Amino acid sequence: MSEKILELNNVVFSFKTYAGLVHAVRGVSFEVRKGEILGIVGESGCGKSVTAQSILRLNPEPPGFFEGGEILFKGQDIIKMNNKQLRNIRGKDIGFIFQDPMTSLNPTMRVGEQIEEVFIGTGTPKAEVRLKALNIMRLVGINDPERRFMQYPHELSGGMKQRIMIAIALVSRPSLIICDEPTTSLDVTIEAQILDLLLELREKLGTSIIMITHDLGVIARLCDRVVVMYGGKVAEQGTSEDIFFDTAHPYTSGLLKSIARLDMERNQVLTPIEGTPPDLFAPPKGCPFAARCEYAMSVCCEYEPSKTTLTEEHSTYCWLQHDLAPEVNLIVEKREA
Amino acid sequence: MSENNVMAEPFIKVENLSKFFELNRKQTLKAVNDISFEIYKGETVGLVGESGCGKSTTGRCLVNLYEPTSGKIYYKGKDTSQFTKQEKQAFTGDVQMIFQNPYSSLNPRMTVKEIVAQGMKYHGNYSKTEIDCRIEQLLEKVGLGVEHMSRFAHEFSGGQRQRIGIARALSVNPEFIVCDEPISALDVSIQAQVINMLKKLQHDMGLTYLFIAHDLSVVKYISDRVIVMYLGTIVEEAPVEELYKNPAHPYTKVLLSAIPVANPIKAKANKRIKVSGEIPSPINSKPGCQFAERCPYAVDHCFNEAPPRKEISKDHFVACHVY
Repeated sequence: MSEKILELNNVVFSFKTYAGLVHAVRGVSFEVRKGEILGIVGESGCGKSVTAQSILRLNPEPPGFFEGGEILFKGQDIIKMNNKQLRNIRGKDIGFIFQDPMTSLNPTMRVGEQIEEVFIGTGTPKAEVRLKALNIMRLVGINDPERRFMQYPHELSGGMKQRIMIAIALVSRPSLIICDEPTTSLDVTIEAQILDLLLELREKLGTSIIMITHDLGVIARLCDRVVVMYGGKVAEQGTSEDIFFDTAHPYTSGLLKSIARLDMERNQVLTPIEGTPPDLFAPPKGCPFAARCEYAMSVCCEYEPSKTTLTEEHSTYCWLQHDLAPEVNLIVEKREA
Repeated sequence: MSENNVMAEPFIKVENLSKFFELNRKQTLKAVNDISFEIYKGETVGLVGESGCGKSTTGRCLVNLYEPTSGKIYYKGKDTSQFTKQEKQAFTGDVQMIFQNPYSSLNPRMTVKEIVAQGMKYHGNYSKTEIDCRIEQLLEKVGLGVEHMSRFAHEFSGGQRQRIGIARALSVNPEFIVCDEPISALDVSIQAQVINMLKKLQHDMGLTYLFIAHDLSVVKYISDRVIVMYLGTIVEEAPVEELYKNPAHPYTKVLLSAIPVANPIKAKANKRIKVSGEIPSPINSKPGCQFAERCPYAVDHCFNEAPPRKEISKDHFVACHVY
């Protein structure tokens, strides 16, 4: 097992609002190792973006605040850092790629300058900064970087803008990049190009990547390990083969059943997960998925399931793993085609 | 379903439809450029392509939200541009649309009841109590309850809002619905709920759908026939099984191989057909095959001459010089 570069231990993050506390992240623990791609998958409102943004303390604080836990990056707790320490990490040691390239770039600045911005205050000579920016643009597959450098975001297509975002995240050669649904707003052929690019960059630079997505297809293509989140908690985590082929949480198996896939018969009925995600103002007492779970037992609504370790990598939070629970087949995807 | 209708008159027939937007004196955006296709009663036609390919413009032309630049649309054999005032009013009730974004397509100042009732007030002679009664039925049909009637759109989740949009479309008893990416803004687990509902409604009410999407896997699931568009032109049209088994046009092949497969072993083994570059701008488009620039098989005359539409097997049409 290669070394850990990031470790989240029981992180609890909430927002204060007029309507009360929103318990967005309720005790999440996972780790990111050197050179791996970790996927975080879940639906909107499951806390995946808040978790990712809390790693860089990008959530507005206040109204947001940490109720507990620790985020260890190279041994230092990010939650305890002051602004100056955070500045040294943001964009330098950890890069962030946002979901919507159309709105996350500054429309009044040339894209090249936005890449160079990362080096402000580091004392790097101007010529060197320019060279680094042009090199990184070439690396992320932008042809004719000298011309592109001078353009404004509105002159670029969506895929090109996302490449600029990746260039900004990469230019200081961070050891970790957090991608928050980087391909959601892109077309499929462009999405495929960007995913290939991320894989290639990992090969070349050995960067660790956290990939946040709701698309299981993206997870399958890209990720080494996966964290499935639901209702502000981790539901299941393991290697991507564990998640797809040895599914051990009803939510994961529900997700797998509800997606339309190409190899499916036409008259086959999609099995949706009925109901809606839990209200995080008043999270349910027991397992957050209990209300929508077809296998829910009375214990599920009363007590939170504890972590069950299945293999060294694979763990799940589900009462079905208990010795007294009935035997249920959760596996959707067969390993052999 | 189309097999039963081989001899029947098409429900909607589109002939050489074009829609250009003049941006200024020099620039014209050819959103839809000379396309023809037919839709038969009771079937679902999937319209697929990437953003900017003209699929939404086509859908909007069909429900008369846009006036075509040239070309004809026949509805039940009648030219829609020659409609009288009465016919036009009936037509706007017969065809309805479900919009892509459930967040912006509902008026935030209106209650659900007002939103759903609006079309009924215009199209039918319903009394107030009849309208109330119908709204109740409609909401039930789309899986909402009476208690939702007096709420506003912002009180609902994305999936519920899309249900309201569907109830609104159904309120005037349409025969044909253009679904413009109705699920792309929704969560995966909710997508399946909405798709299953659309399928059930079609079965119960005998609806005809034009289902616009960029997601080929969803289209496969819901459609009888699929039309693939690229930069304002139709590149391929085939019954759904045929298209997925034997895709003919290089662009269709690229699209199919670009879909991320939710199976790590297959996904990593999957040899993608790679295309470089992005969709060129539809402003002042070039002659020849529109895909030629990105096509791995392009030869010289692809760049000069637009490929004709050929039938390569029964009901399978492709516009490509390779065939």
